[in-house]
Amino acid sequence: MNIYRLCLGISISLPACFSSWWSEVQMGPPDPILGVSEAYKRDTNPKKINLGVGAYRDDQGKPFVLSCVRKAEAQIAAKKLDKEYLAIGGLGDFNKACAKLALGDDNEVIKSGRNITVQTISGTGSLRIGANFLSRFHTEAREVYLPTPSWGNHTPIFRDAGMQLKAYTYYDPKTCGFDFQGALNDISKIPAKSVIMLHACAHNPTGVDPRPEQWKEIAELVKKRNLLVFFDMAYQGFASGDIDRDAWAVRYFIEQGHNILLSQSFAKNMGLYGERVGGFTVVCKDAEEAKRVESQLKILIRPIYSNPPMNGARIAATILNTPDLYKEWLGEVHGMANRIITMRELLVANLKKEGSTKNWQHVIDQIGMFCFTGLKPEQVERLTKEFSVYMTKDGRISMAGVTSGNVGYLAQGIHSVTK
Amino acid sequence: IMSLFGEVPQATPVAVFKVTNDFKEDPNPKKVNLGVGAYRTDEGQPWVLPVVKKVEKIIVADDSLNHEYLPILGLPEFRSSASKIALGEDSPAIQENRVGAVQCLGGTGALKIGAEFLRRWYNGNNNTRTPVYVSAPTWENHNAVFVNAGFEDVRPYKYWDAEKRGLDLSGFLGDLESAPKHSIFVLHACAHNPTGTDPTHVEWMQVAEVMKRRKLFVFFDSAYQGFASGCLDKDAWAVRYFITQGFEMFCAQSFSKNFGLYNERVGNLTIVARDPDNLKRVLSQMEKIVRVTWSNPPSQGARLVAVTLNNPELFSEWKDNVKTMADRVLSMRASLRAKLEALETPGTWDHITQQIGMFSFTGLNPNQVEYLIKEKSIYLMASGRINMCGLTTKNIDYVAESIHESVVNVQ
Repeated sequence: MNIYRLCLGISISLPACFSSWWSEVQMGPPDPILGVSEAYKRDTNPKKINLGVGAYRDDQGKPFVLSCVRKAEAQIAAKKLDKEYLAIGGLGDFNKACAKLALGDDNEVIKSGRNITVQTISGTGSLRIGANFLSRFHTEAREVYLPTPSWGNHTPIFRDAGMQLKAYTYYDPKTCGFDFQGALNDISKIPAKSVIMLHACAHNPTGVDPRPEQWKEIAELVKKRNLLVFFDMAYQGFASGDIDRDAWAVRYFIEQGHNILLSQSFAKNMGLYGERVGGFTVVCKDAEEAKRVESQLKILIRPIYSNPPMNGARIAATILNTPDLYKEWLGEVHGMANRIITMRELLVANLKKEGSTKNWQHVIDQIGMFCFTGLKPEQVERLTKEFSVYMTKDGRISMAGVTSGNVGYLAQGIHSVTK
Repeated sequence: IMSLFGEVPQATPVAVFKVTNDFKEDPNPKKVNLGVGAYRTDEGQPWVLPVVKKVEKIIVADDSLNHEYLPILGLPEFRSSASKIALGEDSPAIQENRVGAVQCLGGTGALKIGAEFLRRWYNGNNNTRTPVYVSAPTWENHNAVFVNAGFEDVRPYKYWDAEKRGLDLSGFLGDLESAPKHSIFVLHACAHNPTGTDPTHVEWMQVAEVMKRRKLFVFFDSAYQGFASGCLDKDAWAVRYFITQGFEMFCAQSFSKNFGLYNERVGNLTIVARDPDNLKRVLSQMEKIVRVTWSNPPSQGARLVAVTLNNPELFSEWKDNVKTMADRVLSMRASLRAKLEALETPGTWDHITQQIGMFSFTGLNPNQVEYLIKEKSIYLMASGRINMCGLTTKNIDYVAESIHESVVNVQ
């Protein structure tokens, strides 16, 4: 019996005075980054380049599914596993391997069991759980200090969780590099117990990372100020091509006695973007405290999504825990990072070839997927209008969108708007 | 060094997972798990639906697929086909372009995003005082979802009549009449969890009448469509009826049970608005909420469901698989009731076959429940809720006898 046929006789249209619950709901502002991709799609210029995309592309400009991922998927399919709910904290094999990847196999923290690592909905989900945890339990200080600039989504995540956002100097637009003194000055003024967010490697959006000696000074100052460190590591392996090198800062801080919070994402370094694979770690005083913290993380997670998705975590765990797949993965991550580094070098070489006399060294010095070119908004606008090169207004480009096929044209465009 | 987390207290574990945990650690070979709500075959095993296995192979073989980000609101072909499942292919609301959806992480995720939206945008801006009513009893996570979304006033509405072991209709209607205007009501679309007791069509019509008159917000939780009666359309009757009555509403859908995709976290928040313009603005704000929660949803499960629902043969096969599950539950209900009546267990047991869906509110009291767990290694919730899927032809005699013992020996 069809309910609609039954009710056909009844008019469903309502009196004009019956308004909607949602009349006062404003149109949300368009997402600046998505807007770039939409505009790119509409452009008919065959030479168009999308440098807004925050996902890796191969040298043909295509998405790249890692071979170790395909192999892991085949292995998993052959096992004919069931689809029963994961625990609230996620897949145990994944959590252990995730922590080991960040902290190092032999890390004292892992051996003593004083970390709690839970599977999260990629990096965003990890940051959100962390923010919620801080909001509920870090009651002595409500402020989270972000570097200027930081990933655009950091601010709304922490704000929505009830934390207050502050900033510390980070990027120096004059050098397109790290404003080390500026950062130290600001950090030295941060009130005790505040949370300080640090990008572990491949700073997003600038690509500017501190050097090891600089990290050491920052670690010491942060300890002196008694700040709670929250590392966001979304690009381990993707920055230098070496997973240990990229995790150096995280491990150093822990060695120096910082009990950190850590968010990890496997979106980029395993190309598992849409599978939503991430981890959230709290380094605690001891195993007993880790148990208490774990119980509270579960209480936070359950009313959001109950338990995390299996597919991506299973793939990541298989790769991390199978020696030859792990080895293959290290090679593929290295390959992706290398292609980025090569594109950086090619872009600068092509700019020089075009006759640009500007200093483009920062393009090579910066690291990771993104590059803060130093282009001003007017220059960006011209680059888009005249050359169909799409990027964000702040001058950020995704190196992943650069290929050996388009780097010449890109250099032409950049030179044209900056000469 | 003083730890920043020195004061963090140990939280009590989530009850339903503790039950399964205790079950796992029990060495008794006769143990039975009637706790967590997941389907089991007659061998007591999890069941990956045959159609799901088929579609997984299709996906694996498709080289054009990758692991790129989904849009913030999710996979478009999943969202639209999932909404069609709830509302019906021929839904006028869909034809009028006033139905939208947000792909979410399971039913929980759909409730969460809906709750966050309502707290920000419903009944004034950021109105945390709007009362949210959940049934007494209800799924134990409902309360936490709305409280964590910021609502300060989450209250029960009368629902289960323990004495007559059925729906407390007059209590329910009474709470609807006395609720402050614009209160939000979380309604179970079918197969009420944990009681298995659903309103009849006539009773739903009465509920709808009061809700319309008193301008109460309709938030359906649909976690068992197809699983209750074995028929998708039958199980969606209440949702579709409310649409004919002109409600703007939310419907949180889960595909955990009816697709057996539990750990893939496949859910859909279906939104029915007055018109396309309102819908557009609502969806734009939903995006903002999703972005600060999980950015974009997981692709695997949604793809599986979308491929299945959009292919006539696979869709048909899915409906058969759903019916298989529903039928086994129905046969266990019939069997348990028959055995208890044959044993002449004190009390009446027709509620076992009158209730619908995965769960049964047995009526056993906490002491009797404890007896079953401790003495018989039969694990169930403290409320007396059992998961019918935990029953098999091999264990049903043991369970029936044990229930009989507990009723006879334990007050």
